[in-house]
Amino acid sequence: MTEKKFDIDNLAKLARINLSDLEKSKLEGSLSQVLEYVELLSQIDTSEVEPTSHVLPLQNVCREDKVAPRDETANYLELAPRKDKGHYEVPQIIA
Amino acid sequence: MHRKTILQVREDLKNKKYSACELLESIYNRIDAVEEKIHSYIHLSKESARKQAEEADARIASGDDAPLLGVPIALKDLICTKGSRTTCGSKILENFVSPYDATVAKKLKEAGAVIIGKTNMDEFAMGSTTEASAFYPTANPWDLSRTPGGSSGGSAAAVAANECIAALGSDTGGSIRQPASFCGVTGLKPTYGRVSRFGLVAFASSFDQIGPVTKTVADAAYLSQIICGNDPMDSTSANVPVPNFMASLEKNVNGLKVGLPKEYFSSGVDPEVLENIQNSIKVLEKLGIEPVEIELPHTQYAVATYYILACAEASANLSRFDGVKYGFRSENSKDLNKMYMNTRQEGFGEEVKRRIILGAFALSSGYYDAYYIKGQKVRTLIKRDFDRAFEKCDFIAGPNSPVPAFKLNEKLNDPLQMYLSDIFTLSVNLAGLPGMSIPCGFTSQNLPIGLQLIGRPFDEETILNIGNQFQKETDFHKKFPNL
Repeated sequence: MTEKKFDIDNLAKLARINLSDLEKSKLEGSLSQVLEYVELLSQIDTSEVEPTSHVLPLQNVCREDKVAPRDETANYLELAPRKDKGHYEVPQIIA
Repeated sequence: MHRKTILQVREDLKNKKYSACELLESIYNRIDAVEEKIHSYIHLSKESARKQAEEADARIASGDDAPLLGVPIALKDLICTKGSRTTCGSKILENFVSPYDATVAKKLKEAGAVIIGKTNMDEFAMGSTTEASAFYPTANPWDLSRTPGGSSGGSAAAVAANECIAALGSDTGGSIRQPASFCGVTGLKPTYGRVSRFGLVAFASSFDQIGPVTKTVADAAYLSQIICGNDPMDSTSANVPVPNFMASLEKNVNGLKVGLPKEYFSSGVDPEVLENIQNSIKVLEKLGIEPVEIELPHTQYAVATYYILACAEASANLSRFDGVKYGFRSENSKDLNKMYMNTRQEGFGEEVKRRIILGAFALSSGYYDAYYIKGQKVRTLIKRDFDRAFEKCDFIAGPNSPVPAFKLNEKLNDPLQMYLSDIFTLSVNLAGLPGMSIPCGFTSQNLPIGLQLIGRPFDEETILNIGNQFQKETDFHKKFPNL
């Protein structure tokens, strides 16, 4: 039922993960099994049910907009695999 | 010394039976003796720990009485500790050095704790066996051919093997409670929002929660007292007052009602596990607790719901690992997009890739309503099941895992079977409730079994109280593996 429901190449692209052919076939196998299993949920009528994204009764609270000293630029930049003149360095963006 | 609990070493340090430095060395000696068999740790922080122990001794000498002064504690390796590595069990963070302390790490340090090292885990906390660690699997101290459970398997194994006095883990679908039950130790997942997650590497943000892994319920209460509470650095930490957990341990439990979900005592549970859980219910009855049968009718949908939602959240959370700002980068990619794709191919392990792809599917155009929103709706129904159940009882009890510890490699090639074994723990995360596993018996092969106690939201007090009274009646928690 789910065999062609998902397109592993497109999902890999969406997830920004390169996959070898071997990885693709392994993931395809286990994912179709999992997707077949989660079909279980279609048994339940949820037309009248509100979704829950998390369980806390949270409301947005606006705090006072105060400037706090927090200049960690140098410390954080130190962690980058490549950096140059205070910036992150990445390969060419537009080919 | 290494066999002692937090409360015992606190007393001994205060009475100068030994120093914090001596205690720390005895723990490191223990680690030297058994770590080769267990592999609980990813890395040790001997240098900073020795400094912390020396400071603790000086403070003890000056009469300081901070609550964890000199107590050696291990942290799961997804809790940031300033200046030391936080790998998350992943190649992508193998050399990542945390630029700041997680709030829980800061609280432990302020309380005087000695942070001895960081424990092994399934990569990004995705797994139930600790075999998905990018470095090596951890063995179960009770049977080295079995897994300690996961994902906080390193923390649970370290506590069981007396390689620390106590540890912290994290629990998204059972990752504290299931390894605690497999290793015969106590593990508490507090209510969602109870503990700040600032500095915890995120897996699924509507589920993740930090909690203690300890030798006794009293120690779990003691550590909870220190780590719980609202934190301005984490907007999802709840602004709810933290009660005195230690005082709640000794309350009278006579007359309380325990809910026994009929779905948790079904034929899918291993007979030896079931027998021990039923014996534990008799212990509760002896304490004057009245059992009532309850129903959690949507239990059968919990695993499917959880994996859709947790993977969707993971696929979003883990997009930050792209080789730009920190962590591993694949070199020699022609353009930026290829660099992202190669970094993530080489940096993530198989299970993490599987969950990111599953999450990307559930969130993708055309499937979002049928999977992600559907999952969120079923989550509402699962939460309502618990709300209704708590109208009839004060807490819920049942098995923590349907089976005792798996054999190493047993579940590696069957992810769905591994997911299904989390059914009793992940329901609790879906509803955001506090849950605790405590040792309640052994199988004929001498494998520990865990009893799960589930409380109302923000009512850790009741389950800690019950757990502590249970441990006064039983001695399963006093047994140690032969290593």
